[in-house]
Amino acid sequence: MYLEIITPEKKVFAGEVRLVQVPGTKGSFEILRNHAPIISSLQEGSVRYITKDGVEKTVELNGGVIEAKNNHIIILGEFA
Amino acid sequence: MAGLKEIRTRITSVKSTRQITQAMKMVAAAKLRKNQEKILMLRPYANKLEHIMASIRQGLENDVENPLMQDRPPEKVLLILVTSNRGLCGAFNNNAIAEALEVATTEYATQWKQKQLSFFAIGKKGADFLKSKKYPMEGFNTEIFDKLDFTGVVELETHFTDLFLSGKYDRIDFIYNQFKNAAVHLLTHETFLPVVGKKEKREESGIKVDYIFEPTRDELINDLIPKTLRIQFYKVLLDSFSAEHGARMTAMHQATDNANELIKELTLHYNKARQAAITKEILDIVGGAEALKQ
Repeated sequence: MYLEIITPEKKVFAGEVRLVQVPGTKGSFEILRNHAPIISSLQEGSVRYITKDGVEKTVELNGGVIEAKNNHIIILGEFA
Repeated sequence: MAGLKEIRTRITSVKSTRQITQAMKMVAAAKLRKNQEKILMLRPYANKLEHIMASIRQGLENDVENPLMQDRPPEKVLLILVTSNRGLCGAFNNNAIAEALEVATTEYATQWKQKQLSFFAIGKKGADFLKSKKYPMEGFNTEIFDKLDFTGVVELETHFTDLFLSGKYDRIDFIYNQFKNAAVHLLTHETFLPVVGKKEKREESGIKVDYIFEPTRDELINDLIPKTLRIQFYKVLLDSFSAEHGARMTAMHQATDNANELIKELTLHYNKARQAAITKEILDIVGGAEALKQ
């Protein structure tokens, strides 16, 4: 899957990932390959993702929104 | 004809002025470039946000009710006038101020007469002008341009949405210089609040994607509207800031050209005066020699 994390000030990450975990407003959830299309708002918290090479990374965001469709994930966030 | 020494001093002084205007032009160019990068960084975010908005709205017949979209009769109006903190940028600020007054006295003439119209100045030049004329002012902000980033914008935007939601103002408009390129900026007057139910192009891909919406579609839209407002606000400020530097660059370029012209003219004068002095001296000597012969 392809993940993009974008804030108004810069593109934080763009690349292939295996797993994304986000702090949804209705609770934290994970997105793996072939997840059903979803749009969800995010609350303050950290976004965790594992890249293609198996490296785990986290980004702190102060709320935002996520859209996942056809294995393409976009996270629009604001920095805390 | 002025004395040789005077001309020489003037040439030196014009030359040093030219040096300053040239340097200011360079500085403006560098700042402009830096600011342009910020605009480029903002663009993907703005595009994706619009895309997500469109995805949410697809198949939605009418828009949700949002207090920020409430279109009340504009009895109380707030005009946000965006100018620069510094001068030396040609007619940049004067144009914006003139446009603000124009809008206030024509489009909102009734509110203006009933003293239901206020200004909010972003940037020192506009604030100074409004203060000196004692026009009604909601407030001013001159610090935002010192460090233009998203955090500051969010604070200001919240301030304005609160003013709108509390019913203190029924309409909030921007007047600012929109950046086209380094030489051209466009005076723009646009509505900030209420949010106009923009009929964005719905995704016409044919295949409707069945999204899971969390929490709900309506809540999502309500959550995203303030975000679009912030982006709009941020863009206005970035645009104005870029336009300011562009205007300054052009103004300083012209000043440098003028200085060059002046130096050329003065040098010509100087050479003529020098030549005249030499001729006079030779005539004196020749005259003296003639007198001795007799």
